[in-house]
Amino acid sequence: MSLFLATVLLLGAQAAPTEEAVDPYTQNNANAGATAFADDAMWRAFHGREGVDRIVEAFVARNQSDPRIGDIFKGQDMVRLRRVLKEQFCYILNGGCDYSGRTMKDAHKDMGIQQADMGALVENLQAAMRAEGVDFRAQNRFLAKLAPMKRDVVER
Amino acid sequence: MIFSRFLIALGLIAAAPAYADDGRAGGKLLLTDGITTVEGAAGGGIATWAVIAGNETNRGIGGSAHATLVALPDFSLKSFGAAIGIHDRVELSYTRHVFDTRDAGAALGLGKGFTFGQDVFGAKVRLLGDAIWAQDSWVPQVAVGVQYKDANRDAVVRAVGARQDKGADIYVAATKLILSQSAILNATVRFTKANQWGLLGFGGDKQSSRTAQFEGSAGVMLSPSIVVGAEYRTKPDNLGFAEEDDSFDVFAAWAVHRNVTVTAAYADLGDIATVKNQRGLFLSLQGAF
Repeated sequence: MSLFLATVLLLGAQAAPTEEAVDPYTQNNANAGATAFADDAMWRAFHGREGVDRIVEAFVARNQSDPRIGDIFKGQDMVRLRRVLKEQFCYILNGGCDYSGRTMKDAHKDMGIQQADMGALVENLQAAMRAEGVDFRAQNRFLAKLAPMKRDVVER
Repeated sequence: MIFSRFLIALGLIAAAPAYADDGRAGGKLLLTDGITTVEGAAGGGIATWAVIAGNETNRGIGGSAHATLVALPDFSLKSFGAAIGIHDRVELSYTRHVFDTRDAGAALGLGKGFTFGQDVFGAKVRLLGDAIWAQDSWVPQVAVGVQYKDANRDAVVRAVGARQDKGADIYVAATKLILSQSAILNATVRFTKANQWGLLGFGGDKQSSRTAQFEGSAGVMLSPSIVVGAEYRTKPDNLGFAEEDDSFDVFAAWAVHRNVTVTAAYADLGDIATVKNQRGLFLSLQGAF
């Protein structure tokens, strides 16, 4: 009986999402690549934590199934990607999170991302925000924070 | 020594497969290539912008084709042409104008249905800035361009006082998308001596050399595929026989599909060749890849 319970617990632990190890780096909110909004109006426009979670899940799923850019996500740590994206969006939208991921430059290093890939990414994010019912002007305010990341993300 | 290292580095870049010529089509966000202006360059309806025609980004070649009708009370202008965008850097365009004087042609002594035609060859180069992505900077995207125009009614344009039937406009355009406000702004200075966009020739009895003219546009994005806005364009007043007015329009551009944009505008072109109050509909269909 106790062996059975132990097995269930072990299986349960194995089924939980795990992240691959990354090289050590210094955690800092500055790594998020954008400053946070001054108040929580944007966080509310994105429907708080649940809304942002839904947007990130839909955004990642759209990117993975997008024939233009889906290959970029193959072999990447999607568990970690979802977590740090949620943190990053929450931090920028002033939802009270700290961002624990790497800088945009480090996180996208040697991926060979092109400008057109960024365009596809933005379209997928727009679709995810639209599906969540985020106001179009709020979408654009958020995209205005993300757009300058092109400089660090696009390599060619 | 430094030079030889530079050569080696160049050789490595040339040899790296990741830097092979893997150009690709598309990649721009909807409407960020503008629409085709009446003179064939990418921009608003009557104002030329610093954006480059076509859907390509820095790694591709794109282009567009357009057909435009400006239906005025006494005249109509048909414009059709094409543009090529190279690496989101260089734009080459050609547009053909057919200006129909309809009944006014008889009143002007030209004959009913007399048409003026014009070929417009354009080249534009993006110099600096990034209108779309550099949202943390106020620096606009800046481009310079030239439009060589050749009007086909040499005898008539000279008879009304124009100095030449051919001419070139030179312009500098600055465009910025203010994404946080869902707004797009453009300002262009054009050095021109064209009379009625060149349809009535270049230079005149009142003023024979180029003057600096202004084109301004302001638009608001209502959705990723719809922009509404207004434009103002000043024009030289070179000819003694008829005062030339500034132009104004309010427009709505709708990206019906990734590759198809429809633009409708209400345009006020003022008095044209002594015929008053030419206000009417501007309709343009554009395909881009």
